[in-house]
Amino acid sequence: MTNYFLKRLLQSVLVMLIVAFVSFSLFNFVGDPVHNMVGQEASAEKREEIREKLGLNDPIYTQFFRFVSNASKGEFGLSYQLRRPVSDLITERLPATLELVFVSALIAIFVGVFFGVYTGINREGFTSNFILIISLFGVSLPTFVIGILFIYLFSVILGILPSFGRGEVMHIGFWSTGFLTFSGLKALILPSVTLSLFQMTYIIRLVRAEMMEILQTDYIKFARARGINQNIINYSHALKNGLIPVITITGINVGTLIAFSIITETVFQWPGMGLLFINAVQFVDIPIMSAYLIMVAFIFVMINFIVDIAYYFIDPRIRFKEEAMVE
Amino acid sequence: MISKLIYNIFDTDIGYSFRKSKIAILATIVFLIIVLASLFASIVAPYNPFDPASISLMDAFTPPAWSDGGNSNFILGTDQQGRDMFSTMIYGSRISLTVGFASIIFALILGVSLGVTSGYLGGRYEIIVMRFTDVQLTIPSILMALLVDGIARGFISKSLHNDMAIYVLILAIGISEWPQFARVTRAATLVEKNKEYILASKIIGLSNIVIMFKHILPNILRPVLVISTIGLSQAIITESTLSFLGVGFPPTNPSLGTLIRFGNNFLFSGEWWITFFPAIFLVVLAFSINLLGDWMRDALNPKLKAR
Repeated sequence: MTNYFLKRLLQSVLVMLIVAFVSFSLFNFVGDPVHNMVGQEASAEKREEIREKLGLNDPIYTQFFRFVSNASKGEFGLSYQLRRPVSDLITERLPATLELVFVSALIAIFVGVFFGVYTGINREGFTSNFILIISLFGVSLPTFVIGILFIYLFSVILGILPSFGRGEVMHIGFWSTGFLTFSGLKALILPSVTLSLFQMTYIIRLVRAEMMEILQTDYIKFARARGINQNIINYSHALKNGLIPVITITGINVGTLIAFSIITETVFQWPGMGLLFINAVQFVDIPIMSAYLIMVAFIFVMINFIVDIAYYFIDPRIRFKEEAMVE
Repeated sequence: MISKLIYNIFDTDIGYSFRKSKIAILATIVFLIIVLASLFASIVAPYNPFDPASISLMDAFTPPAWSDGGNSNFILGTDQQGRDMFSTMIYGSRISLTVGFASIIFALILGVSLGVTSGYLGGRYEIIVMRFTDVQLTIPSILMALLVDGIARGFISKSLHNDMAIYVLILAIGISEWPQFARVTRAATLVEKNKEYILASKIIGLSNIVIMFKHILPNILRPVLVISTIGLSQAIITESTLSFLGVGFPPTNPSLGTLIRFGNNFLFSGEWWITFFPAIFLVVLAFSINLLGDWMRDALNPKLKAR
């Protein structure tokens, strides 16, 4: 157990170090950081002074070490474009993105599992085929096109839902939440549904395949032979086993949701990290780009780590394999 | 001669499966129409949207021909600069298709060469290549493309951004797509390299390079073809997404994504056609390629054929 745990931890740290190195190189080799700070008018002496102050004349490994220790404290310097500490910008924007991703994941899981179970049980029905065709079409639609369609339908034609922003937010400490106001919740509907669709179609297909496989197994046949109510068999016996892969896949896909939130946030002008990142890419604002990269990589690595550990407890095969390797 | 060649192609198993699949035929026809239209854009499109002489601001925001205030000169209406939507879309799809094909070819060359060599040579080299593939596969391709795009922009001076856009996008999308090719070709190479014909090639003293690229490569092209097709639609979608996000093609040289981006600004004022037609065009293009890819996956899969 400890062995497995340590191995995973070491792997995660290694990935984080690689990512840190990439974003460190971004800082140092893309454009001239001094130039980006003082502009063109500064004299050569002034530049040299700033170089010295920033420690750009130190050996590379010292700089890298300093970068990593600053990053672990959450310090990424000043944004070139906005002239504010990147850490402040990120803490401001983080709640918006996390709330969006959280709600999307919930929608994707609940609706996805529901439709997945339904299509898995009623294989040939008209409704099932309809759901599957819609989901196939959903995979081919780019996220931003779905967003535009929603805005046109619900904001322009029907005029019932807002098309941009977060609505009113309440501040609780450093966290700003849209969950507690009516307009905040209303503003959340379109972006979160848009973001959840791709995940949803994925989960529908996964749960459907799982259910179809499980319903063929012996223990389900025995349950039927014992005369247990079909609904209890479907939802209590079969679904329980069908959900294991959903949990792991969803865990891993939270990372994908964060990446795709860049698109959704741009379409709906949602003031989250994704919008911040896109603006940074447009203006080549390296500190924000590298901070975002490290943040997202950290979330990815954390989730992967948790999923791996959870798997250890859920799937006994891994445990046996690991134990066999130790002996 | 040519008709015989075409006949031979259609006479194979795959040709038979193609003839049997109405969806595949329909998807191919739609895809070919779009490709041909974009290739011969200067003939097909009624106007040249990049020729300032043919554009008049007076024509701006003309709705499609069938609706009120429409003008039969502009079948699908005009955009904010008075450019004919239909012509702009055809020229835009040319850009989207060029980037799509070029980036997939780039990803294919990079991915296949790494995949075949790592599968065949093995050892530490294989471990390193596969680690890279694994790490990159956990990063969504859109994020990877955005990063490469951002880094490349950092290296290029601002005045050149617009002219270099096409190369930056090909590089960014190509880099985001290669791991798929590497993983699949490595797996296929591992199977092939233990077969007798490879042993025979080794015995007669052929060099590793000849064995890998002249003997193994032709035998693993089927899965490569499938990934290329699905990858093409992904590349087109990624390109249009980047352009939509404002880090792709500039408005002076618009791809389908750029058109949707700018049309989006006029959604609320009621000029829906400026964003809708490019969006529909994009979806039809991506959907037809996806359907083709789906069919190909089934048709080229020997496991399904056996049943």
